[in-house]
Amino acid sequence: MCVDCGCGDTEIVSVELHDEILAVNNRTAQHNREHFDEHKLLSVNLMGSPGAGKTALLEGTAFAFTGHGRLGALAGDLATDNDARRLLDAGIVAVPINTGSACHLDAEMVHRALHHFPLEGLDYLFIENVGNLVCPAVYDLGQSLNVVALSVTEGEDKPLKYPFMFRKADAVVLTKVDLLPHLRVSVAAIEDSLARVLPEPLLFKVSAHTGEGLEEWAAWLEARRAAAVEVPQSARDDTLAALV
Amino acid sequence: MHEFSLVQALLARVEAEAASHGASAVHGMSVRIGTLAGVEQSLFASAYEVCRRGTVCEHAPLEITSVAARYACRACGREVAQGEVLECPACGSPARLVEGDEIILDRVELEVA
Repeated sequence: MCVDCGCGDTEIVSVELHDEILAVNNRTAQHNREHFDEHKLLSVNLMGSPGAGKTALLEGTAFAFTGHGRLGALAGDLATDNDARRLLDAGIVAVPINTGSACHLDAEMVHRALHHFPLEGLDYLFIENVGNLVCPAVYDLGQSLNVVALSVTEGEDKPLKYPFMFRKADAVVLTKVDLLPHLRVSVAAIEDSLARVLPEPLLFKVSAHTGEGLEEWAAWLEARRAAAVEVPQSARDDTLAALV
Repeated sequence: MHEFSLVQALLARVEAEAASHGASAVHGMSVRIGTLAGVEQSLFASAYEVCRRGTVCEHAPLEITSVAARYACRACGREVAQGEVLECPACGSPARLVEGDEIILDRVELEVA
């Protein structure tokens, strides 16, 4: 009722909210994070262009961890379970998440996949996102780390073209470095591009084909896992801030 | 093209807010989107035009405020220009993003009886 005269007319009220539009996704992501904490595993959201070498990187990672780390993976793809089958062949516990026409994974898709996924006994869970350098960066899935795979053939200025993807990376893995002798690509130029969108960039130079750089990459994951197990990831200040 | 799913999340939030106030209609809403949020604002606006039909927001204009990305030194607070290497030119400490990555619903205008 109109407060001025009680005439029964409607009135317009302005409601201040200041809410994250993705609040529902962020809460589901936090729920996923609590699951990961319970199982004391390190979760990694692996992103990159189609063909950047995400699946090959995971195959190489499984090789590097042979005998001292148990790996799982959720493989996001528009269609096919080809990546998940490759990962299974590499010894990784893997299931596909088919997104249909969706260009990214969100926390709810990961949550549904976790209902049928054996997290028990795993040390690492990789969430291989849909190949895309735009949309996946927007959605928190509950991961501890964001990693972007960037292949040497993609162009030295790729980080400058997709700053919102690279700026969130805890690490960037430069893949297919065995091709460098055949290309006119400067790794220093890639490093410079990255430093302009990401403070303190961490770049691993890796070839899943020759095995170059995989040990350093695996050692970093191992150190990050030890740190993640010490401090529950669901209680980190930055993850809590997104829930406000 | 994730702008549609963002707009659907926005509409769900606004519809819930309208229901909780017993509102008969929504007359407008304001959102704030950072230039480093990974959201194309014109696509977001187009998606809103499509998705608002048949909802309580059907006649509600959408106001989008764009927030430019701003970096500053983590240690001394000095600004670091976008496009530069993201470390402080004065003290060498890494920069951090101060603003420019937000996707926020600030305000809704509701018609209540």
